Amino acid sequence: MAMDRETRFNYLIRQADNNMVLGHRMSEWIGKAPTIEEELALANISLDLIGLARSLYVHAETTAGDGRDPDQLVFLRDAHEYTNLLLVEKLNGDFALTIVRQFLYSAFASAYWKALSETEDDELAGIATKAAHESAYHLRHASGWLVRLGDGTGESHDRAQAALNELWMFTGEMFDMDDTDQAAVGDGVGVDTAALKDGWSATVDEILTQATLTRPADGWMIDGGRTGKHTEHLGHMLADMQFLQRAYPGQQW
Amino acid sequence: MVNAASNPDRIAAVRAVLDGVCDPEIPVMSIADMGMLRDVAIDPDGTVEVVITPTYSGCPAMGMITTDIGLALATAGIEPYRVVLRHKPAWTTDWIPPAARERMRAYGIAPPVEPSAAKQSLFAQETVACPRCRSEKTERISEFGATACKAFYRCTSCLEPFEYFKCVRH
Repeated sequence: MAMDRETRFNYLIRQADNNMVLGHRMSEWIGKAPTIEEELALANISLDLIGLARSLYVHAETTAGDGRDPDQLVFLRDAHEYTNLLLVEKLNGDFALTIVRQFLYSAFASAYWKALSETEDDELAGIATKAAHESAYHLRHASGWLVRLGDGTGESHDRAQAALNELWMFTGEMFDMDDTDQAAVGDGVGVDTAALKDGWSATVDEILTQATLTRPADGWMIDGGRTGKHTEHLGHMLADMQFLQRAYPGQQW
Repeated sequence: MVNAASNPDRIAAVRAVLDGVCDPEIPVMSIADMGMLRDVAIDPDGTVEVVITPTYSGCPAMGMITTDIGLALATAGIEPYRVVLRHKPAWTTDWIPPAARERMRAYGIAPPVEPSAAKQSLFAQETVACPRCRSEKTERISEFGATACKAFYRCTSCLEPFEYFKCVRH
């Protein structure tokens, strides 16, 4: 059955929102990163993610939307209208938590975009191909750090393990397949993420072993971000990010 | 006026104008050199269509490049036109021609190196030659440089730091 416009739009916006929210989180490191090289790295990753979000917002609007531009989608939607994964809205915490979050997400994203690059929607396939390459680069960066932190000092090991333990319950949501996802797969513009789980697990295990970190046991997994039920952190992020457009509607530079 | 010249001639004229549009981050490279200029076509009504593709998702130069294309065409009296952003096929550094790679090197940026098949693993590193002294004794300082398309390296022979234009293949 062909997917209706609204479902297609919602599916694409989910992917865009993941990148927008994580991109914004990474940008919060600017001015605070541990070294100048790392500051550039985090800012570059942020730029990749926000650029990808922009391409996806434009594509969603062009193919299934009601004519809003990316700025309207980003600055004028409230938290419950955002449909990103809860994992990506988690506060940056310490450097270990930011790296573990990026690692867990990039290991998923690189496989996701690779799979989506086969879609019959040409423009989306092109966006996905680029994203697959960039996500693999982000994964390499985060993996390198995770090994250094985990197999580093007692302090860095403990912080990396604590971050992993804290974030683990947010990883299940990446592989949930609800009706919107199923419809997108049926229509050839989505990815069966449940099928990506084994590959993701293998990547995670490989790096965690090198990092001398312990993979947490799968327990209760939290979800809700993709249907607009967020942690309190997203609202605070949007309050900061959207302030200018809320205070001065339509302002441009 | 619009239809006075044949389409192949007009397309050649448009391409000649676009040869003057450079990547704002690497001024010795035109957008054609970079492989970002994908197509030039002319609609039946005479509108010129310029198709470009981004190098990286977050390339902040795209807006400026689009503006520069419009400015160059308008200045040359080539109107009406439209600039279209197309993502497929995805950009690759394979589209940068050899002469442009040499210009890049002369400018001080090491051009992309094809990774060998044996170096596809997660932590593989290419051997990047120093753009100044050509020594292959170099080391990576950071995978991320001043722009999305470049990484930071240092030559351990001549001791100069330099930028490396990362290889992108799909």
